[in-house]
Amino acid sequence: MKKLTITDLEKLRQKIQEDHTVREGKALATINLHMGTCGIAAGMRKVMTALLQEIEAKDIKNVRVSTSGCAGLCSREPMATVLIAGQPPVKYADLTDEKIRRILNEHVLGGNLVKEYVLAVGSERVG
Amino acid sequence: MPYRLHMLLCAGTGCVSNRSLEVKEALEKEIQQRGLESEIQVIATGCNGFCGVGPIVLVQPDGIFYQQVKVRDIPALVEEHLVKGRPYKKLMFTPSKEAEPIPKMNDIPFFGKQMLIALRNRGLIDPENIEEYIARDGYKALAKVLSSMTPEQVIEEVKVSGLRGRGGGGFPTGLKWEVCRNAIGDEKYLICNCDEGDPGAFMDRSIVESDPHSVIEGMAIGAYAVGILQAYIYVRMEYPLALKRFILALDQAREYGLIGENILGTSFSFDIEVHRGAGAFVCGEETALIASIEGKPGEPRAKYVYPAQQGLRDMPTLINNVETWANIPVIIQRGAKWFSSIGTRDVSESEQGGSTGTKVFSLVGKVNNTGLVEVPMGIKLREIIYDIGGGIAGGKRFKAVQTGGPSGGCLPEELLDLPVDFDRLLSVGSMMGSGGMIVMDEEDCMVDVARYFIDFLNGESCGKCTPCREGLRQMREILNRICDGKGEDADIQKLEDLSELMVEGSLCALGGTAPNPVLNTLRYFKDEYVAHIKDRRCPAGTCQALITYRIDAEKCTGCALCAKHCPVNCISGEPKKLHTIEISACIKCGTCYDACRFDAVIRK
Ligand SMILES: Cc1cc2nc3c(=O)[nH]c(=O)nc-3n(C[C@H](O)[C@H](O)[C@H](O)COP(=O)(O)O)c2cc1C
Ligand code: SF4
Ligand code: SF4
Ligand code: SF4
Ligand code: FES
Ligand code: FES
Repeated sequence: MKKLTITDLEKLRQKIQEDHTVREGKALATINLHMGTCGIAAGMRKVMTALLQEIEAKDIKNVRVSTSGCAGLCSREPMATVLIAGQPPVKYADLTDEKIRRILNEHVLGGNLVKEYVLAVGSERVG
Repeated sequence: MPYRLHMLLCAGTGCVSNRSLEVKEALEKEIQQRGLESEIQVIATGCNGFCGVGPIVLVQPDGIFYQQVKVRDIPALVEEHLVKGRPYKKLMFTPSKEAEPIPKMNDIPFFGKQMLIALRNRGLIDPENIEEYIARDGYKALAKVLSSMTPEQVIEEVKVSGLRGRGGGGFPTGLKWEVCRNAIGDEKYLICNCDEGDPGAFMDRSIVESDPHSVIEGMAIGAYAVGILQAYIYVRMEYPLALKRFILALDQAREYGLIGENILGTSFSFDIEVHRGAGAFVCGEETALIASIEGKPGEPRAKYVYPAQQGLRDMPTLINNVETWANIPVIIQRGAKWFSSIGTRDVSESEQGGSTGTKVFSLVGKVNNTGLVEVPMGIKLREIIYDIGGGIAGGKRFKAVQTGGPSGGCLPEELLDLPVDFDRLLSVGSMMGSGGMIVMDEEDCMVDVARYFIDFLNGESCGKCTPCREGLRQMREILNRICDGKGEDADIQKLEDLSELMVEGSLCALGGTAPNPVLNTLRYFKDEYVAHIKDRRCPAGTCQALITYRIDAEKCTGCALCAKHCPVNCISGEPKKLHTIEISACIKCGTCYDACRFDAVIRK
């Protein structure tokens, strides 16, 4: 480790802080993946891996991925809910790797719903 | 891949002794078996302060708090929370049998009423990794003072903050720094006092174990402000983990250029050495501590001049307590105004008066939730004991709360609404001390409590001066006599006279404050002294010589449980009929009292 200067310290801090947003419980948006028994059976784990990989590839730091239990609609699994502060939650169904990537890029980052996959929009309680 | 969840597992002394390291191993293994290791990070943190319910695991970003986590709980916890995303109720904190479990850490009253400044990073970082501290704005205040503040400005900021020493004396920190800066000497030294000899106290240990860099950063800022090149951390021998964390943190800080030559690329150089303390209580007193670092016996010297003017090797020496140092970076970063807005400083008071910021207390004794708590100055005793502490354990009645360490005082129920700060505690005859807080209930005898502390102080007096050495010895004899039921009418007066002598004639603050536990219990609980001396009775039922056990004829069901447990078989009676105790044979062990399910055994 090279001894730090004042500017180095700030740079190092910014770099580590980005990895720490999870620890602080701060995030721009949360993507909640439903991981009930049938969600897992329907391939949710694969969808989650795809999502986490995309987040890493794009170096996105302020999106939180969480999981929750059964959403009560087994036939439409895998499902996910996108929560953005100040906006109603949006529920997506029948997910695949490709769909979750589009949801991340177009909805979470771009601000436009991916209408063809939306199951419901509204303030119903999730999780 | 970024981690989606961080599991912060407490590896403080308390949780480790409850096997948290085994839990960590099991957790890591289970996570690996489930193929989750790239999604979930497990981090060992310092003490969370709620050691009584350890081992503790905090899951972020969800903020879910798990307690009493055992190795056998791990598979279910991983399955439920990590895989299915359903917080696992079974391990959540539940305040009472009837209550619902509370999932989030901040909703638990024990944590909710606390305000963390000195302990800002507790439970949130790995104390053995400097980058975790840096991520939480660590060393930002040091960079700020080195790049944009003159030493005078730093001292002014600390003065305006109103910070007072957390080691017991409550001396204004900024003023001490100024005196030391203005003192003349070829060299100056800085010391961090981590001796913490109060029985049962663990405030400083916990700060160091959970966040050693906060103390180091504070010291570096103090050194810059006062103009000091060399510092010492005096750690008591009984704190191996704190010692290890300090040494590791110093190595890392040196490697990153945060202490040593040309800190952060500036012209400021400063280094820190660790010194192991001898362990005696009096060594925490600053002049005794300095003598001990110099290799002399750890005895205090008369304080005609302050160490800030003439201390270690006769050079000006800046000595502050661990918690005082840990507050410094936050004051610099968030500003003196912000800091002084917390606490109890009236506008009318001078800059040095009042109590600003927070104080860390170790809350122990007869409360439901014991642990380490950091609260804003001015909080009421009642809030600490009933809201944070969850009230008196076992449905018993509150009697007193002891603050200020061995030379502090016991405060009665009438004072429960007293705001906790330096001056108010002094005004009622106790003190802040370093932050011990022992809650006592109706079964604690106040004469016996005074005897306990006098006995402790008598053992710790260095013996250098007569009033302290002899005064404590005589006080102890008188208190022993009173508890043994042999108290004399003149004893109370004798205790008061001795106290006066000791306060006036002792060399250091140990002797000067040693009569406090007696004076204070005499002030608020004189009736208990009188009951012991005049009626030969211990109202709390603690002093063995003064109590007898009897069985209440109305309440006894004749279940014979007491007789079964009595170690000397002195309880007799027909089955289902009244039982009686043979008083002459009873050894007063109290077993029958605890065993009876019908409250039929009377202790008086
Ligand atoms: C008998 C005795 C024991 C003391 N023990 C400690 C101690 O364990 N830790 C501590 O920081 N200060 C202790 N002090 C107070 C120190 O003398 C000194 O006031 C303090 O370290 C100054 O730092 P502060 O202004 O930051 O509180 C003790 C004082 C006395 C009289
Ligand atoms: S007051 Fe007590 S502890 Fe202090 S110097 Fe005198 S004998 Fe020693
Ligand atoms: S345990 Fe209590 S109720 Fe039972 S015999 Fe003894 S005193 Fe009586
Ligand atoms: S106090 Fe102990 S010795 Fe005395 S009667 Fe009870 S159990 Fe027996
Ligand atoms: S388990 Fe997925 S909807 Fe029921
Ligand atoms: S050691 Fe874990 S809470 Fe104190």
